[in-house]
Amino acid sequence: MEDKKTEESGRIPGSRKNAVFGIVILFAVFPFIAGDYYVDIGFFFGIYALLGLSLNIVLGEVGLFDLGHAGFYAIGAYTTAILNTQFGIPILVLLPVSALAASLFAYVVCSPIIHLKGDYLCIVTIGMGEIVRLALINNPFDLTGGPNGVFGIDFPSLGGLLVIDSSIEFYFLIWIVVALSIIGLLQLQQSRIGRAWNCIREDEVAAEANGIDVRSFKLLAFVLGAGLAGVAGNIYASKLMCVSPESFTFWESCLLFSIILIGGMGSIPGVLIGAAAISLFPEIFRPFAMFRMLVFGAVMILMMMFRPAGILPRKRGGMGFRPDHGNPVDDK
Amino acid sequence: MHVVLEQIINGLTIGSFYALIALGYSMVYGVLKLINFAHGDFFALGSYMGYTLLVFGTAFLTSHLGLWGGMIAAMVTAAICLALIGILVERIAYRPIYPAGRLPAVVSALGASIILQNLIMVVWGPRYRAYPAALIPNIQMQVWGIHFTLLQLVILTLSFILMGFLYYTIQKTTFGAAVRASALDRDTAALMGIDFNKVIFFIFTLGPALGAMTGVMVGMYYRQISFIMGWNYGLKAFTATILGGIGNLPGAMFGGLILGVLEMMGAAYLSAAWKDVFVFLILILVLIFRPTGLFGEKTAEKV
Repeated sequence: MEDKKTEESGRIPGSRKNAVFGIVILFAVFPFIAGDYYVDIGFFFGIYALLGLSLNIVLGEVGLFDLGHAGFYAIGAYTTAILNTQFGIPILVLLPVSALAASLFAYVVCSPIIHLKGDYLCIVTIGMGEIVRLALINNPFDLTGGPNGVFGIDFPSLGGLLVIDSSIEFYFLIWIVVALSIIGLLQLQQSRIGRAWNCIREDEVAAEANGIDVRSFKLLAFVLGAGLAGVAGNIYASKLMCVSPESFTFWESCLLFSIILIGGMGSIPGVLIGAAAISLFPEIFRPFAMFRMLVFGAVMILMMMFRPAGILPRKRGGMGFRPDHGNPVDDK
Repeated sequence: MHVVLEQIINGLTIGSFYALIALGYSMVYGVLKLINFAHGDFFALGSYMGYTLLVFGTAFLTSHLGLWGGMIAAMVTAAICLALIGILVERIAYRPIYPAGRLPAVVSALGASIILQNLIMVVWGPRYRAYPAALIPNIQMQVWGIHFTLLQLVILTLSFILMGFLYYTIQKTTFGAAVRASALDRDTAALMGIDFNKVIFFIFTLGPALGAMTGVMVGMYYRQISFIMGWNYGLKAFTATILGGIGNLPGAMFGGLILGVLEMMGAAYLSAAWKDVFVFLILILVLIFRPTGLFGEKTAEKV
């Protein structure tokens, strides 16, 4: 894939630093120039970016096929919705609670299935996501409101000091969370954990032979990924003020999956590009009206023809094992 | 007891739909290791083509061929159309991407699925379509107190004939041996003189054709079709594929039938609203204890 020598990815060279700085400025200034409609699109871009980052841990870093990620997102959103409307707990307090709930769910559900390989794991995560969605529709214990969902969720607030209720404020809320997550995940990529994950992705047997506890590290990826998805669910629920099972379909999981593959597996800038593609393309193609999803599908196919490793694939730095192999998760 | 048997017949009917769709998934997976997300949409497109044929060919079909003849004609025509579309999709969306590996092909398959689904929506509109009731034979039958319809009997017979045909082709003919050899080891098969492109041609005509026939049968059985049904049936059929052991054709058939019966039993004796949850739970439980499906072979880990 990339066989030229690049810098240790921990050090950011000068031009990269400037680019990152420029992008941050662009994101900070954008909502003050653009109208509310575009700021809202920017918000949903942020949500997809956060979801992409969360799935990137599972799919990009460890190479586990997770096509049920919308399930974790749903757990986060519904935890927020139910606890807020039933008990009046503030949204920002529920942020870590939603993350924990989604993580706990991931731990309980994934523990027994973590030994499954490739496509078998894939179908089980699909099944898990579908079970969550169907359970929400069937309204267990009269909590989830059935197909209509839960209404009347509060805006996030800090004890009356600051109420986040405008498009711009939501925009900054999501992007600050995204920025913090990116900083954390970049650290994680360089850490023992990140390297262990990548090692499992490249070759599970070799990883195990090197003393990596494959099972625990895989579970950790699911737990962390689900937690981040839970955070996204929390913010999403308070932005829309209502949640319904329709937002957490298998289709949503497929979109998240595409974010990672369009952007480039395991690459954080790639996730941002992929999220932009998924959230902005349908808006850009709005003039095509009925045909816009046709165009969207065609773009997905063309993208894979011309950039099969994604738009911004992860540079291996000094850690690549098999620089001549283009396909890191081919298990055959 | 009669009710149980009736439920089993209903379950087998649905199960045979799942099984026929699952065969398409399983063949493609076996040879290309690709989850062909577009396969469910081949099925839906087939159903819509059958619908159009039946609605617009009403006078001709019924006067010349009779009710059953019309049904068979619609199925065969839809199957031929879908075989052509299957080849087209493979050429355009999959073939250029094989060299890049498995995951890009999955995204491409998702893209193809989006295109097909929206194509159906653009051509036939987003509303439900109903198969013309007058064209579908509705004859109740009763054997030893067990009620079922003649249509169910015909669907079951046809499905088993199709499954038998496919089983025979794959397991007993030279060509089937070539397909199985390619699934086992593509490079070695190529060295033995097997034309891989012919194998791909075969699976991408037969799979969508079977899917289209199933689509027409589903339209006849439920009378109502929608452009998103490709996803629902596709997901179930894929579940059936995994339940039986992916890439294993008899496994896919049994997986589909078992899934259909389980779903019907769950709907009848537990709760209709929770039937799909029940199905997925069974799947997860099966995979926990048999990680390669019910009939999947244990493959040794290669280092």
